[in-house]
Amino acid sequence: MKYFPLIWAGLWRKRARTCLTALSIVVAFSLFGIMRGVTAGLNDAIAEFTSETRLITQSRINIIEPLPLAFLPRIESIDGVTSVVPYGYFGGYYQEPRNQINTAAVYIDEFLEMYPEFVLPQEQLEAMMRTRTGAIVGRDLAERFGWKIGDRIPLGSTIHTQRDGSSVWELDIVGIWHMRDERVESDDIYFHFDYFDESRSSGNGTVAVFMTKIGDVSRSAEIAERIDALFANSPNETFTQNERDFALAQIEQLGDIDFFVNAIVGAVLFTLLFMTGNTMMQSVRERIPELAVLKTYGYRDAGVAALVLAEALILCAGAGLLGLGIAAAAFPSVFEAMGVVPLPLPGSVVAIGLAAAGFLAFVSALPPALRAQRLSIVDALAAR
Amino acid sequence: MAAIVSIRNVLKGYSRGKQRVEVLHGLDLDVEEGEFLALMGPSGSGKTTLLNLIGGLDRPDKGEVVVVGERLDRLSSGRLAQWRARNVGFVFQFYNLLPVLSAERNVEVPLLLTKLSAKERKRRVHAALELVGLADRAKHKPTELSGGQQQRVAIARALVSDPVLLVCDEPTGDLDRETSDSILELLQLLNREHGKTIVMVTHDPKAAGYASRRLYVDKGVLVDRTMGAAA
Repeated sequence: MKYFPLIWAGLWRKRARTCLTALSIVVAFSLFGIMRGVTAGLNDAIAEFTSETRLITQSRINIIEPLPLAFLPRIESIDGVTSVVPYGYFGGYYQEPRNQINTAAVYIDEFLEMYPEFVLPQEQLEAMMRTRTGAIVGRDLAERFGWKIGDRIPLGSTIHTQRDGSSVWELDIVGIWHMRDERVESDDIYFHFDYFDESRSSGNGTVAVFMTKIGDVSRSAEIAERIDALFANSPNETFTQNERDFALAQIEQLGDIDFFVNAIVGAVLFTLLFMTGNTMMQSVRERIPELAVLKTYGYRDAGVAALVLAEALILCAGAGLLGLGIAAAAFPSVFEAMGVVPLPLPGSVVAIGLAAAGFLAFVSALPPALRAQRLSIVDALAAR
Repeated sequence: MAAIVSIRNVLKGYSRGKQRVEVLHGLDLDVEEGEFLALMGPSGSGKTTLLNLIGGLDRPDKGEVVVVGERLDRLSSGRLAQWRARNVGFVFQFYNLLPVLSAERNVEVPLLLTKLSAKERKRRVHAALELVGLADRAKHKPTELSGGQQQRVAIARALVSDPVLLVCDEPTGDLDRETSDSILELLQLLNREHGKTIVMVTHDPKAAGYASRRLYVDKGVLVDRTMGAAA
C-alpha cells in the first residue's frame, strides 16, 4: 500500500494518454459486459423460467407443421405422463396487425395446473371454465390497452380465419392473470382450444404442439423418446424435447449468438491489448532515467518490474471494473428492451470480465516490465 | 581514520558495438571515513565510472571494491541493491527527481524500502527537507522549483535514509555560480557537521575547492597533478 502513491503518480504521468486508454477500456468492457451478459443472461433466464418436467412435442418436419389432436390420448397413456395440453398458435393482434399479441388456445384448467407460475384467482378460473368465448389476459397487457374483466375484445389472427371468413374472434375477458415472479411480464392471452378449433375454417383437429407434464424429471429423456417412438414411421413423426432445450433451440434459430458475441468481444479485447501495451511501453520508455533512479536507491529489478505491472493492473482493473459497472447498470434495461425478463448482469460475466482485465494488464505490461527489470542503471543514467 | 572506500587494482571497460573501451586501468583508491573527496579530470577520463563502482551501481571487471566493509564486486544484483539502500545516497547532475511526485514524496522514495511506519517516514522526510532549507516547499512538484531547489530536494532524498556515504556526480554542473556555491556549502556542512563521507565528481576547480581532498583521474588512473605521475 505504501507504494501506491508512486504507482498512481506513474500512471498519471501523461494524463491525456492515460484518460484515453482508460476510456477505451471502459467502453470495451461495457460492450463486453452487455454482449456477454445477453448470452449468459438468456441462458440464466431459460434455466430459471423453464422446466425439465415439461415436454414439448412438435412435428419432426418443423414447428409450423401441425400434429393431429388425436395424438393426445396416446401421449397421455405413456407411463410417467401426468397431463397433456394441446397448444394452438393463434397469431393474435389487436386492432392493427402491428399490435401483435402472443395468443394461444389451450385447455385452460390443465394448462394452469401445468404452469403454477401463472396466478389466476379461483373465481376467475371458474368463470373462464363456464364461458366458451372467454379469455384470460395478462395483467401488463390489460394495463397497456386499458382492458378490464367484462370487456369484449376483437382479436384478429394473422394465421387463421373463422368459418364465416372473418379473421377476427370476439373474446370475453373473464380473468386477468399475472406471473408469480413479478419481474416477468404478463402479456399473453389464453382462450379455449375447443372454441378455437371448432370455429376456425381449416386445420381443425390439429395442434401446433403438445405440452406434456411428467412426474419424474429424471425420466425426461426417456419419456420424450417414448413419445416420439409412438409416432415413428407415421405420416406425422414427432420431435419431443424438454421445455429448456426447446427454448434454447428457439434461440439457436437466430444463429450462433455465442460465436458472434465471442468474435466481436475477442476482436475488441485483442485491439485493446495492443493499445494498452503501447501505452505501457511508451510510459516506461519515457521514464527510463526515473526507473534507473529507483534502482539506484535500492529498488530491486523485480520490484521495479512489479511497479510497472501494478500500474497496468490498476489501469486495466479500474477501467474494466467501471466498464462492467456501466454494463451492470444498463443491462436490465437492455434485456427488457429485448423482451426478456430484466435480470441483473450475471456474476459469471463480471468475474470473467475482471479476469480478462487482469490478463490484459499482465500481457500488455509484461514487455515493458521486463524492459524495466533488465534496465542497467549506468546505461540508463548515461542515456545510452 | 579507517578507510570507508578501498579500491585495489580495478580494471573496468565497456563494449561499444564491436569495440572494447578500457576505462579504468588497475586503479587503487582509499577514501577515509568523514572525508570530502573531489574527483576531477577531463571528460572520458573514467571519473564517473569510478564513482559508479564506489556507489555500487556497477561492478569492476577485475580487482577489489570494498565500501563500508562490503566486497561489492562479489555481491549479487539483489544484495547490491539492498546494500545501496542502506549505505549510499546519490546526487546527480540533473537531479533526477520524479516529476510526478511532490518534493516530500520524492524524498520519501528511498524510505519506502524500509519497514518504517508512515508517521516515522514523514518525520524523517520533514527533517531532511528542513536540513536542506526546503521544508516550506514540501508539497511542490519539481517543475515548481528552481534548479537549485531541485538539487536540494535531491540532496534531501540522498540523506533521508541516513547513509554513511554520499556519492555526487557533477552536483553543480547544471547550476549557476551562486546556486552552485550554496549547494556546495550545503555538502560541506553535511560533511563537517553531520560526518557524511562525500565522494564528488566535478569538472569545476572552484567546486573541488570545497572538498577536503582532490584527486585527478586521467586515462583511467589517478594522477598527482603537481608530480605528474601516478598517485
